Amino acid sequence: MSGLRLRNISMRFDLANGSHVQALQDVSLDLRPGQLLSILGPSGCGKSTLLNIMAGFLAPTGGQITLNGHAVKGPDAERGVVFQKGALFEWMNVRDNVSFGPRMAGQRESQYGAHVDHLLEIVGLEDFREKAIYELSGGMQQRVALARCLANDPDVILMDEPLGALDALTREKMQAMVLNLWKETGKTVILITHSVEEALLLGERLIVMAPRPGRIYKEYQLPFADQGVGQDLRQIKKLPDFAARREEILSMIWNMEEEIMGRQGTAA
Amino acid sequence: MTGLAILVAYAALFAGAALMVGLIRRRIRPRNDFTSLKTVTFGDESAITPDRAASAISILVVFLLWGTFTGSRLVPFHVPGPFIGETGFSYQATGEDGQPIKGQVQVFAGIEAPVEGMQDGADNAVVAAIPRGRDQLIQLPGDALATSVDGRAIAPGGSLRVDHGTVSMTAKGTLSFVADKGLQMDPIWLPSPEAVAGRFVQITQTGYQNFTLWEHLGASLLRVLAGFALGSLVGIPLGYAMGLSGWFRGWFDPIVEFMRPVPPLALIPLVIIWFGIWETGKVVLLFLAALWVMTIAARAGVSGVNITKVHAAYSLGASKWQLLRHVILPNSLPEIFTGARVAMGVCWGTVVAAELVAAQKGAGMMIIAASKFQLTDIVLMGIILIGMIGYAIDVLMRLAERKLVPWKGQS
Repeated sequence: MSGLRLRNISMRFDLANGSHVQALQDVSLDLRPGQLLSILGPSGCGKSTLLNIMAGFLAPTGGQITLNGHAVKGPDAERGVVFQKGALFEWMNVRDNVSFGPRMAGQRESQYGAHVDHLLEIVGLEDFREKAIYELSGGMQQRVALARCLANDPDVILMDEPLGALDALTREKMQAMVLNLWKETGKTVILITHSVEEALLLGERLIVMAPRPGRIYKEYQLPFADQGVGQDLRQIKKLPDFAARREEILSMIWNMEEEIMGRQGTAA
Repeated sequence: MTGLAILVAYAALFAGAALMVGLIRRRIRPRNDFTSLKTVTFGDESAITPDRAASAISILVVFLLWGTFTGSRLVPFHVPGPFIGETGFSYQATGEDGQPIKGQVQVFAGIEAPVEGMQDGADNAVVAAIPRGRDQLIQLPGDALATSVDGRAIAPGGSLRVDHGTVSMTAKGTLSFVADKGLQMDPIWLPSPEAVAGRFVQITQTGYQNFTLWEHLGASLLRVLAGFALGSLVGIPLGYAMGLSGWFRGWFDPIVEFMRPVPPLALIPLVIIWFGIWETGKVVLLFLAALWVMTIAARAGVSGVNITKVHAAYSLGASKWQLLRHVILPNSLPEIFTGARVAMGVCWGTVVAAELVAAQKGAGMMIIAASKFQLTDIVLMGIILIGMIGYAIDVLMRLAERKLVPWKGQS
């Protein structure tokens, strides 16, 4: 009963012109507590819609979603979300952003203070706690977002392309940090990404989704996340297994994109 | 003529100052900062910053021109003023008896005619004392009809230039003299800067129309603050409600969108009919002036909140009330401040206009009362004070904005 459970989730949007879009069709998924799942797919495959459903921002038009046995009905502190960007509160300093969840739950400084400071240390921002958000770099801002999410001690952490807006170097460092945080905290983490490498590195399980209608196309069990904890991720990327998987998935997604383009070509 | 002279002088000062400052700057220090090293500035908006030297000179030039054209003692040079002093012309005329007569007209323009001097009447001489800036008829001895002035023929309706003035002949044949007006402005059109400053000092001490200057200005400010506060008190919650609820937005959209383009000044007659000309009417008018601006600002502030911030807050366990208090409210502050600045500006303009219509005291009342007595110096003083207070309000609002919403324009 514990863990996140999706049963035949479907999502159908009606359009203004009377037609409709099947964004998701019969997506089923079981996630044990503590699992690290990455979701990959070409644009339009419904992966963001799926994350929004899991976060509770969207109600699916079909199927059930439960967390630890109870139905997911809306956003809740038990499911934390890390967004790509723009989700921090500029009118609060770094520390107030991180302590937002505990404060909203009515906790006092004496209750959350030590925990928040510890999290700031983990993400390497202990010297920036009084800084304004707009004084931080993009990578630092995402570390604040991570710490803010963790401060609430959620059961599940949903990440919607959290590193998508960062430069390549910062991104690599952040990938290692996410991996270490996952291992340390033992949280269930679901990561949506565009990057095949990132999906391979940051997923015990990897789901590749296909578009029209959005559905699970293929699932992998991967060793790289466990191997990568505390390691230099560049060494992992050099493994022959890693390269083979990457090529396999890249060509799979490539073919999907080709198919979409082709279909659009004949339609036009 | 004076207007054209001012325009030309202004353009010359503008270009001249630019040239001078440019030359001086090139001499003093070659600048090496980021902006000055840009080669493309024409079209690069970020490279265009207000030149503070130009601002200072611009203010100086306004006072310089003002002083120059009003004969101010504060300015060392002036455009020629009206002729003041003694002048005259000779005439030939035909007397009552048809005999030609000759004589002199002695003119004292803008000064008292001395008691001593040329004998009035002797040798057909005429003495005329003409007040500054006026023209005056000149009666020749025995109502003689002039035929020529300074040796040049003159006929009814004609006029001739003489020393320091113009002699013209009315349709009935009487001569009249007007001294050269020069380029200076009459105090009744434009008093000199020191006259305005002097009037300011006098009014701060004695007041005007039963109230001290501070009571006049304070009355206007108090009305603005009351109207603005009431407008914000109603407008901001209304704007939030319109940003948060479809029913509220649908209900109030037609009202707000209809009232927004109605200028507050157009409401003055109705407000007077409904609430009279006293304080209630003015505060109601200013309330209406501020209300729609603040409503729309608050609505825009709510609409401007990034949806990911809202999602993030809910996912962190915030309730609706907490979301409103900790996310939507602070997020809308920059918009509210922009709206407040606009609203204060509109209110300040509206209160002056409302006081022009009817008031016992107030900045607007002061200048309209003064204009009825042609006290141009008080009118000017009032306009300058109104401008300075309006500017001060805006500066204060901007300071408060920088203090309270430091994240505006960042990120």
